[in-house]
Order: sequence, then structure tokens, then C-alpha cells
Amino acid sequence: MSTLTARFRPLFYPRGIVITGVSGHPGKFGSVAYHNLMACGYAGELFPVNREGAVCFGRSTYKTVGEVPHGRADLAFICTPNSVNEEILRACAQIGVRAAFVASAGYGESTEGKDMERRLVALGRELDLLIAGPNGQGLVSTGVGMCAQIVAPYPPPGPISVVSQSGNIASSFMNYACLTGIGMSKAISCGNSAALELADYLEYYSEDPDTEVSLAYLEGVADGRRFLDVARAHSARKPLVLVRGGVTDAGKRAASSHTGALASDARVFAGVCRQTGIARVETIEEAYETAAAFATQPLPRGPRTLIFTVAGGWGVLTSDACVQAGLELIPLPDDLRRKIDTMVPARWSRSNPIDLAGGETRDTVPEVLELMAAHADVDAVVYLGIGIQAAQANMFRGGPFWPEYGLERIGCFHEGQDRRYALAAAEASRRHGKPILVASELVYTDRAYGNAGPLGVTEAGRMTAPSGQRAIRTLARMVGYARWRARHT
Amino acid sequence: MPHTLSEHESKELLRAAGIDVPPEHLVQTTAAAVHAAETLGFPVALKLCGRRIAHKTEHHLVRLGLPDVAAVRRAGDELLATRRAEDGDTSLLVCRMVSGRREVIAGLVRDPVFGACVMLGLGGVFAEVVGDVVFAVAPLAGGDAEELIDALEYGTLLGPFRGEPAVDRAKLARILETLGRLGAERTDIRSIDINPLIVAGDAPIVVDALVEIEGNPS
Repeated sequence: MSTLTARFRPLFYPRGIVITGVSGHPGKFGSVAYHNLMACGYAGELFPVNREGAVCFGRSTYKTVGEVPHGRADLAFICTPNSVNEEILRACAQIGVRAAFVASAGYGESTEGKDMERRLVALGRELDLLIAGPNGQGLVSTGVGMCAQIVAPYPPPGPISVVSQSGNIASSFMNYACLTGIGMSKAISCGNSAALELADYLEYYSEDPDTEVSLAYLEGVADGRRFLDVARAHSARKPLVLVRGGVTDAGKRAASSHTGALASDARVFAGVCRQTGIARVETIEEAYETAAAFATQPLPRGPRTLIFTVAGGWGVLTSDACVQAGLELIPLPDDLRRKIDTMVPARWSRSNPIDLAGGETRDTVPEVLELMAAHADVDAVVYLGIGIQAAQANMFRGGPFWPEYGLERIGCFHEGQDRRYALAAAEASRRHGKPILVASELVYTDRAYGNAGPLGVTEAGRMTAPSGQRAIRTLARMVGYARWRARHT
Repeated sequence: MPHTLSEHESKELLRAAGIDVPPEHLVQTTAAAVHAAETLGFPVALKLCGRRIAHKTEHHLVRLGLPDVAAVRRAGDELLATRRAEDGDTSLLVCRMVSGRREVIAGLVRDPVFGACVMLGLGGVFAEVVGDVVFAVAPLAGGDAEELIDALEYGTLLGPFRGEPAVDRAKLARILETLGRLGAERTDIRSIDINPLIVAGDAPIVVDALVEIEGNPS
């Protein structure tokens, strides 16, 4: 274990947690955190503290931190008013606590609290206590079942770790983890970043063996050079997906030079991302899709892309997006064309995008997926239109004739086929070490029904992009990162 | 107070740092300008040069493409006549005319968060209008300079284009790297503009430069 992972261990892998500010009132932050820790199945021991020893969720509480047995808790989740926190943190250190997440407000976010925040940082240093926050909404660590936060949700476990300068946006990312099933290892909201800031968490994630991809929401950079070094070292090991808010063109530099006049904050930061291999994404939803793709797909070796579709229009739009994103929409290799010629009627597209024009039979789609992934001139595949057969099956099910007239048999066959296609795409991708991104809006529109196509993609441990264009943009970010890695490591 | 070096001083600073700058002569009189022009070879450009003179084009203090002695004499007299008391010390700068259809701007600026940053932009004196400019935090290591060139949106303009050869990327990259090194080593430099950097044939040539220095002039 590196020094860094050892240092963060009490924060993300505590054996026990002291929670302060727990109350008989279930709406208080301390009670909510206590509730969430219990509800999500935290693996360690919990030590709720209430100054009156009130009963909370039918459980007794400790009146003071000092009553908590020594050496059993190494994290404190602080929800008490700022005025008592110094005393509480000293008591925590006495019983062996090594890290604290301070959720309490009233620190540097207000003018009056700035001094108290400085004292908090000094206290952390004095007590050798790792202090996260203050004024943050909490952290999760699925490795120990820890939902130490004052908000929902709790994400499923997985390889993505989040750090956010906004608590709400950390929640947004977690909501996408719940929606897609591509889960998280850790998530933390920085709060005021008094002692630990975004770059510190990223540095830790870059070394953390349970994190395969980091996902960050950034508004401000405290130390540009350190951010640059940390981001570069991170990207050299694993992908860093980043959304930046608060960038305007207003930040023109004070200089009488043309260079100064042209040096907007946005342009300089674009350069920083290019130099450090950061996969910069504009929106939360696409950032999550990108992180999920990094977490579940092999890295593309290059930009040579094949599009595979069961209908024309999707392929056309996705081809346009492919060219626009700087990916290479390759001419269909001759040997591939000849092979597919033997499999389907002549009306198929015979070019990239590969559009079978409805000529496929039972095994054609899995076979074509395999052929595409296996081909030496192909780096990546985008597969469009999964789930449309199952969608028709759903219409059969809801119609007046189900299950008569052979509808049940054909409906179940369709659903089975879409599931098979999803699994075949993932298998071919894994077998050949190439990304196959699957896209269909049915992942959203058919959620209530539970369309077998997108469900099959989830079963295969991957996610369905809601459109071909979004799959292409995700792929382009993967290609960009892979290229950076090849150049820099 | 930051102050700017004259065009000639700025170019000397770049030259000392290892950037190729074409030979030029700084003279005080029209007669000396004529002599310098004959030494350099026609056509020449003549500029009024001084620490307090920036943005010369806007103030009509540049005479380009002077083909012969008579033209240099006329231009020299005109430029000297435009001098005003507030221009401070001024001289005439005689440069060999550089022509090329492609211009870029290269520069250095200090970002308040990330520190020294190197810039490359298309369009030279029109860079602000074109808006295709890219930055990299200095120093530029490894392939950073090449990547900066590749990051331009319309970078194909620097490839083989309408009968012009591709720009010498290695030379351009070296200029960018040198700017980055100056940013890291010379903390007294507030900003640098090389504008324009004219692509003549395949070579990027420094045609004008402006270096801004922190603190009062020595």
C-alpha cells in the first residue's frame, strides 16, 4: 500500500464511524447520515453521538465522543454546529479517529466563518487528522458499503470514482450510476476544500486500486501547477473524465499584448486538458456515459470505426457525427463485404455503415458483430438499433391477439434475439479487445417495459448510449485518450 | 509598472534565446536607412521603432515593400516627421521584406492560475478576428509543441496549401518551445507577441515582436 492510499484509508475504508449531530429528529443531517449508513449496509461499526443521549431510529446513542471505545472508529462524520466541532475533533483524535468528514456549514463559505475554517485546517494538522469538507454533503465508498452522506442516492458498486466541487453534481453522477448500473467505487463532495482539495482526491484515486476511472466536476483550480501534475500522472495510469463549470470568456489577461488579449480562461483550460489527457465533457449525462464506457469497454487502438445498423436513418446521422467527431468512417473492407454478401440478400448496404436492410436471419447479427470486431482494419464498432424487435414483441403483448395466432412464439423469439445480440456485442468486444458501443433510445423510452435489448446490455455489464451520436462522441473521447496514452507513456 | 521593449530589443531578446530572427538594422537617419537597405537588399520594410511604440500598423508607422533607394528615402523622411514628443527615443528599423501568404501569431502569457502559457494562433495580425488560437502550459515538453500545432482547428492551412509547401513543423515547434523556456526561466517577462510570424516558403520567419517586461525600465 502506498503512503497515499494508507493516508486516505481511514476516510474511505473506515472500520468504524463516529457520527455527531445525530438527533431524535429524523430530519437533522446527523440523523440522515446515520440512517443512510445503516440503510445501505455499512460493513463496519457505527457510533452515533447525541449530546442528550437521545434515541434515534430506536437505537441508543453516545452522549459524548469520549464514551466511544478507543480504537474502534477511524472516521468521524461531523454534523454538529461549527462552534463545538473543535472540541469534538479533539475528542475524536483521542479515541483513535484518523479522518473526519465535516458536513457542518458556517465555515469559509461565509465571511464570519473564514477564521474558523483556518483553525479547522490547523487543528487537522495538529491532530494528524485528515479533514474533508467542511460544508460538504458527504462521501460514499461501496467497498465498505458506506453511504456517509446527507442526501440520496447510494450508487451500486463499480469501478468509477467521483470527486466534485458541487455536492449536487456528485448526486447527479450517482443517479446515473443507479440508472445505468455502471457503478462506483467512491464519491466525495469537496465542500469548501479547506484542507483537502479536488487534486488531492484525484491523486489518491490515481493510486487507488479500486478506482479504474475518475470522474470530476470542477469549478475552480486553487493551484494550477499542482492540478496539471496530478492530472497528467492520473491520465498516465487511468482515464480522468472532467466536467468544468463556471468557464467564461470574461477572464482576459491583464497584458497589453495580443497574446494576453487572446488568453481566455476557456482557451487556457482547453490547453490544460489537451496536455494532461483529460477527457473533457460538457454535460453531466455525457460525462457519465464516457466514464462508463472507459470503465466497461476496451480502449480503442485507433479511430477506424464501423457503424452497424438495422435501419438507414440512424446510420446516416451516426456517420455524420462520426466524421464531425474526427473519427475515421473507414470504407468497408473488401473481405468483410464478400463475407456478408454470402450471409444476407443483396439489398444490404455493402458499405459502411453496414445496414442489413432487414435481410438478417437468426444468427446473422452475432456473426456480423464477430466479423467486424475480428477485422484487423477495424478499431471500434458502433451498433445501432438494439431492442426494436423486442419493442414489437411488447406491442404484440399489449395487443388484442396475444398470445394467439403464434404471437407468443414470435414475441418471445424477438425478445430472446435482442438479448442475444446484446450479449454477442459484449462477447465480441471482449474477445478482440475492441470497443463495441451499443446505442438505442429504447434504453430510456422502453424502461417501463424492460426492453430485452438494453436489459441484455446491462446484463453484459455495459451501458446503452441513448443515441448513435452520443455513442460516437463517447468513442471519440476514448480515441483521444488512447492517443494521449500512446504519446505520453 | 510593466513596460515594453522596442521591436528591435524584443527581437534581440528572442535571438539571444535561440530563435532565428532575420538580420535588420537600427539606424537614426534616412541616409543610414538607405545604406542599410542597400546592404540588406531590396525590397525592404521600414518601421519607426521605440519602446513606447507598439501597434505600429494601426498608427501607420510601417512602410512595406520599398523597392529602391528613392522609396526608402521618402519613407524614412516621412516616418521621422511623424515622431511626437511622447514617443520617446525612436529609431528607424530597416528589415528585409518577408513575404508569404500565411501568417501566424506565437506568444507567451502568464495565466493567473496555470502560470506561463505558450500560444499559437492562425492569422497573424488578424488572429483576434480569426479566433483559432491554442494554448499550452509552459514549459513544453516531449511532443507538447507538435500537439499544439495539431490542436489548431484549421491547422491544415499550415500543411501543403495552394502551391505553398507545408510549414517546417520542427522549426515552428522549436520557436514554441523556446517561448515556453523563456516563460519558465525569465520570470521578469510578462508577455511576448511574435506577430506576425510569416510563413515564407516553408519557414516561419519572425517579422515583428513585442516583449513586455515586469517592473520599470532600467
